[in-house]
Amino acid sequence: MVRRTGSQILVESLLREDVEVVFGLPGGQALPIFDAVHGSELNFVLVRHEQAASHMADGYARSTGKPGVFIVTSGPGATNVVTGLCNAYMDSVPLVGISGQVATDVIGQDAFQEADIIGITRPVTKHNFLVKNVNDLARTLKEAFYIATTGRPGPVLVDVPIDVQRAFCEFVYPDKVDIRSYRPNYSGHSVQIKKAAEIINKSEKPVFYIGAGVVASNAESEIFEISKKADIPVTNTLLAIGAYPLDTSLSLGMLGMHGTFCANKVVQTADVIVAVGARFDDRCTGKVCEFAKKAKKIHIDIDPTAISKVVDADVPVVGDAKTVLKEMIALIDSKDRKDWLRMIDTWKTEHPLWYNRDDDKLHPQYVVEKISELTKGDAIVVTEVGQHQMWAAQYYKAKNSRLFLSSGGLGTMGFGYPAGIGAKFGNPDKEVVVVAGDGSFQMNMQEMAVAVLNDINVKVVILNNQCLGNVRQWQEMFYGKRYSHICLAKRKKCPKWCNTPRRDTCPVYIPDFLKWAQSYGALGMRVTEKKDVEPALKKMLGTKNSVVLDIWTEIEENVFPMVPAGASLDNIVTRMNG
Amino acid sequence: MFLHMEDVVRHAISVLVENKFGVLARISTLFAARGFNIDSLAVGETEDPAISRMTIVVKSDDCILEQVTKQLNKLIDVIKVNEFNDNIEYVERGACLVKISLNKSNRNEVMQMVEIFRSKIVDISQSSVIVEVTGSEDKISAFVRKVMPCGIKEMCRTGIVALGRGQSIIKVSSGR
Ligand SMILES: Cc1ncc(C[n+]2csc(CCOP(=O)(O)OP(=O)(O)O)c2C)c(N)n1
Repeated sequence: MVRRTGSQILVESLLREDVEVVFGLPGGQALPIFDAVHGSELNFVLVRHEQAASHMADGYARSTGKPGVFIVTSGPGATNVVTGLCNAYMDSVPLVGISGQVATDVIGQDAFQEADIIGITRPVTKHNFLVKNVNDLARTLKEAFYIATTGRPGPVLVDVPIDVQRAFCEFVYPDKVDIRSYRPNYSGHSVQIKKAAEIINKSEKPVFYIGAGVVASNAESEIFEISKKADIPVTNTLLAIGAYPLDTSLSLGMLGMHGTFCANKVVQTADVIVAVGARFDDRCTGKVCEFAKKAKKIHIDIDPTAISKVVDADVPVVGDAKTVLKEMIALIDSKDRKDWLRMIDTWKTEHPLWYNRDDDKLHPQYVVEKISELTKGDAIVVTEVGQHQMWAAQYYKAKNSRLFLSSGGLGTMGFGYPAGIGAKFGNPDKEVVVVAGDGSFQMNMQEMAVAVLNDINVKVVILNNQCLGNVRQWQEMFYGKRYSHICLAKRKKCPKWCNTPRRDTCPVYIPDFLKWAQSYGALGMRVTEKKDVEPALKKMLGTKNSVVLDIWTEIEENVFPMVPAGASLDNIVTRMNG
Repeated sequence: MFLHMEDVVRHAISVLVENKFGVLARISTLFAARGFNIDSLAVGETEDPAISRMTIVVKSDDCILEQVTKQLNKLIDVIKVNEFNDNIEYVERGACLVKISLNKSNRNEVMQMVEIFRSKIVDISQSSVIVEVTGSEDKISAFVRKVMPCGIKEMCRTGIVALGRGQSIIKVSSGR
């Protein structure tokens, strides 16, 4: 019988799970684990901040569909991943995190670098485990991967005390998992599916509203098939960008706060909404009691708690999107819905996405449009959080799912750059472009070391508006243009309050992103004029190394369309004062 | 969360869980995160020592309760959730120990109450008695109200436990 240490078992288990890459950073209470990683086959990537490790694992998972893995030490290492866990939890991303912990006999004594990470992360993980006995370790890891990747996916944290890492036992990796209290249900109830199909067949103005669940269950082709068969238009959430092809008349684009006019209009006019793997997030629904009042709601979701949480479902179907839709296809009548599609076409042409393409100003939307054009929508575009995120969502025409990655539920600034690095680790042959705001990028830009040292060719395009643009827009629109702490160039000598941010009169912006990129040995470029955007993007895409492209865009550009927070989708504003 | 007081009713929820450390914390976190006050809680092993049963009493409107029930089910360590309501015949029992001041003037009254409520005196001293009363939540509350004027020195009350009458059984199914 071969006996191994808990640490060896841990590494061996990760290899058994075919883990390609692990992100993390060592520390005292994880030393035995890192000793076992040393000399093993495990591909370990040393980060500069543990938060970034969790986002890298997340970006890896979102882009590949496989679970992302990180290992951190106890205490501060573990608390640093809380944001990453919460971010993954909100967006249903499968992660397995491993944290070191103080020895079992001193837990609860405020030992050095002790944190009750199980208590802290309980509400932000799908499940978490404290492993108190080395004999439970292999099974616990197997269960962690199983729980993270099945049902509605999510992050799982496994906390391993240092004495368990050192303890010996026989290594047996279970090949099956059976958790009696956790048996996700994949097939939907036939009666419910039939009911749903009947309602769809009778409807004149149906619409699909698809979310991350469609991507998680690979149900894109089923949605496509049904929508074509029965002329059902499709709107998507931020997380389902790319799940439905944009080059068809049935595609409406994103709905909600910054969604297209057409998508919002369709939802408000529809007589049936078929929500698939979407959770009626408030950024999608606007004022809930005014949301899609005329529509019967069919809600297909693997998570029963998502159903009738926000909006009452007339026909709930609990099950996996792909399995349910597969069963449904045959029950859906082929049907032309010409009048409905004609109506939709009018809305599309009357109110397309708009920004001023005719002036010489450097509009951020233009940059995204060019990225879309030059990469043919085939690159993985990862965003930070803010205005640039919405412009990327609106103007990047992702050809498939998993080509647009963004922090949806939590809206985490600092997510994009590390997530982009993680995505590149999972997709070495794909172009990865991070569309960043100058504010968000500064939250995790230290990870450029990881990109450069690992030859991870990730492109960063900063839509630099010299401020926390998203907040500025809200202050402009809803707080009488009282700009409060949004300017990233503001210095001591500036007037206390200022609502006229301008490139020529404001103090010089720091950091100088060019020098900063150069200090890592990466290429830095700056563009301040519209005419230079395309050549710079071409040069960037032609470079086989990390690039930071700092683009000085219009400072006070706003994101439109916009449904003001708490307002009905009917109150969509397509232009300023318009 | 807005609760319309008229919709708020008492619910007794029975939860079968894995008998592991941390499970109670997961369940109480779930209620706490929604601003729910747990009125009473009783936890104990079942005939299968690997499984515990929790009986939780909360006041809530039906809609929110349905969400909470679903959320409970979603917890990995929760095996089964059931609600006892007016549509189900069930028995509930709780217990309470009440230490009541004794003096010449109230002695008879206390004894009478013990009698009427079919409760038991489990300790007696010069100046006080401890009375054990069991029964439904209502019965215990009634007893406490009645002896209140006599002077309650201290009391300690359990959460209620509940089981469905007759054929109704909440059990872990062995199949899948
Ligand atoms: C970690 C975190 N802190 C604060 C916020 C609130 N917030 C949302 S968008 C935003 C501004 C983002 O600025 P920037 O990255 O420059 O992007 P821009 O909006 O200018 O495109 C802020 C502060 C957040 N989403 N995340």
